[in-house]
Amino acid sequence: MTTFERANLRNGLLFCLPWLIGLSVFTLYPVVASLFYSFCDYSVLQAPVWSGTENYRRMWGDKVFWLSLKNTLFFAGLSLPLGMAVALALALLLNTGVRGLPVFRTIFYLPSIVPIVASSMLWLWIFNGQFGLLNSFLRPVLGSATPAWLADPQWAKPALVLMSLWGVGNSMVIYLAGLQNVPGELYEAAAIDGAGVWRKFWHVTLPLISPVIYFNLIMGIIGSLQVFTTVFAMTGGADGNPARSTLFYALYLFSTAFYDLRMGYACAMAWVLFVVIVVLTVVATKLMEKRVHYAS
Amino acid sequence: MRSLVLLITLLAGCRPPADSPVRVTYWEKWSGTEAAAMQAVVDQFNQSQDRIVVEFLSLSNVDRKTIVATAGGDPPDVAGLWLNNVYSFADRNALTPLDEFMADTNWLARYVPVYADMCRYRDRTWAVVSAAAVTGLHWNKRLFREAGLDPDRPPRTRAELDEYAAKLTKRDPQTGAITQLGFLPQEPNWFVWAYPQWFGGRYWDGQAITLAGQTEWLRWVESYSRRYGLEQIKTFSSGFGNFNSPQNPFLAGKVAMVVQGVWMNSFIERFAPGLEYGVAAWPAEQPGFAMADADLLVIPRGAKHPREAWEFIQFVASHNPHAKSRDELRGGELLCFLQQKNSPLRDWSPFFTTQHPHPHIRVFRQLAESPNAIHIPKLGIWEEYRRELLMAFDAVRLLTRTPEEAVAFADERMRASWELHRRSLERRR
Repeated sequence: MTTFERANLRNGLLFCLPWLIGLSVFTLYPVVASLFYSFCDYSVLQAPVWSGTENYRRMWGDKVFWLSLKNTLFFAGLSLPLGMAVALALALLLNTGVRGLPVFRTIFYLPSIVPIVASSMLWLWIFNGQFGLLNSFLRPVLGSATPAWLADPQWAKPALVLMSLWGVGNSMVIYLAGLQNVPGELYEAAAIDGAGVWRKFWHVTLPLISPVIYFNLIMGIIGSLQVFTTVFAMTGGADGNPARSTLFYALYLFSTAFYDLRMGYACAMAWVLFVVIVVLTVVATKLMEKRVHYAS
Repeated sequence: MRSLVLLITLLAGCRPPADSPVRVTYWEKWSGTEAAAMQAVVDQFNQSQDRIVVEFLSLSNVDRKTIVATAGGDPPDVAGLWLNNVYSFADRNALTPLDEFMADTNWLARYVPVYADMCRYRDRTWAVVSAAAVTGLHWNKRLFREAGLDPDRPPRTRAELDEYAAKLTKRDPQTGAITQLGFLPQEPNWFVWAYPQWFGGRYWDGQAITLAGQTEWLRWVESYSRRYGLEQIKTFSSGFGNFNSPQNPFLAGKVAMVVQGVWMNSFIERFAPGLEYGVAAWPAEQPGFAMADADLLVIPRGAKHPREAWEFIQFVASHNPHAKSRDELRGGELLCFLQQKNSPLRDWSPFFTTQHPHPHIRVFRQLAESPNAIHIPKLGIWEEYRRELLMAFDAVRLLTRTPEEAVAFADERMRASWELHRRSLERRR
């Protein structure tokens, strides 16, 4: 290593240092500590006491833990594919060369920058059983059989899925960027070969934006399994009202840690969620492997 | 050299002079008028002497912030917690026992028994009451009159409550939709935890959880959903506004009877002035059944100035027994007067008794003094237990579980949780 390279390395490290310190103190240390605490009886208020695998064994028999996992997978299983489809559909519409594209793009993206609590209040009113906007549209069709949405254990989760679609702006913008990168000559070539709209989409568009789909899928898996704020704001706390029908994993973890003061158990839950996310990500990667095409 | 001199001068300047007052930090949960009332008491204390200055900070989620600050070793000197927190915090060694500060063993005798009792746990005193509260049945006299009921006679038993509730319920003659309800067990759902005891049950026997088989209260809850129609109740109650608004169902005249606390009058004055209402004990077989609650002051473990904190707490726990005007009110009595609540003390000053802004304060005093006034059970897992009871209540109210299933589920969870907690306590013994 020359003197110049050494000086470069030193300067580079110095510039990175604030970030490195921040990462180790505020991310790396808590992550490692939480792994240790997950094997402890720990209430935050007292020093942790080693309890071996007790927390993990307890999880096995905890019916509410399984319920929260089931609720979360239900939510993710519905909101993720729906959200991806809606985002892609919007991006395709915006990519048709419509006039005033920046305006539409802004409008569709807008919900993503509205503060979550504010949009939650808005949706609380949309879902209101008696005066809600949604039910006023449904009433002419369904009569008095309109659901009470968030007040009904059967409809609360679907309502939250519906609401999650309002935040697709983020992934839509990413799809749009991907779509605009598809070379026009490929469409021309396909047209010369006699391909219609559907074949162009299936054989040209989809393969070429597959890296973007893959990216959105992974981010979607991670995000939807950790859903917290909207549910916390809309169902009045971490209990998963009504009757635990919206008790998602992150909510149960939160109430275990900060209401029940069982931080050790909550840490164990966090690690299990981490494993679940890793497994799902690996599965998604394996499934997508042969279908993702990167431009050389 | 010059900079060294400057540094020494600066450091010397940072050290407080020996006779400067001790600064006591005090975190409290309330905001708005209730915080203003506490601020008035803090000001009174600060003016009453010159050795201690209490710095009052009103903040949300005071319990969680106190946990984090205590765990981090930098708690406030005084924290205003909820009663729900106290036994759980005490079990986890987060509080300073107050007995050593108390001049005599009778110190708590100044309080009405139900309030004195909540401060004690495992043979020690962990907290002191600042403002008291007690709940009772509130009924809308106009709606009673309209339904042909005597507006001055509230229901006295649960059977009467159900009977009155039916008479006070109105439906739209065309659609059959509910337009007014007599009573609704979930309105509000804050006191659901007290329902088992209201029905004569017990939560634990000092050794074990004793919830198993207590289904009567849930059968009563279920009867409301069946009688008035679950879907119709859902639709009707989705039109209820926030508690703190004119659309509060009791204030808006949509529900004729509710269980509410002594604080309700200030909301009535603000949002429904002129509402004609009465207050009585919960309709029950036990006469004078009521649920007492309180705001509690504690000294978190690791507080820097426990002695000075105690002086302030003592001030809040005191009053001027001879006060004959608003200006002569002192300590906790001033707080309860400004917050329109009952005083937790046995003795009330003449001014507080006769000039209290709450028109029904005498009823609340009687309720708090009733031998059948209850408060939450002293359990280190109470916060969890309380939520589990609420979940059982919700499941039955929404007809997703039978009372038997709901109680069995809650009982199993709480027994497991209690076992875990017990083991945790033993580990640290």
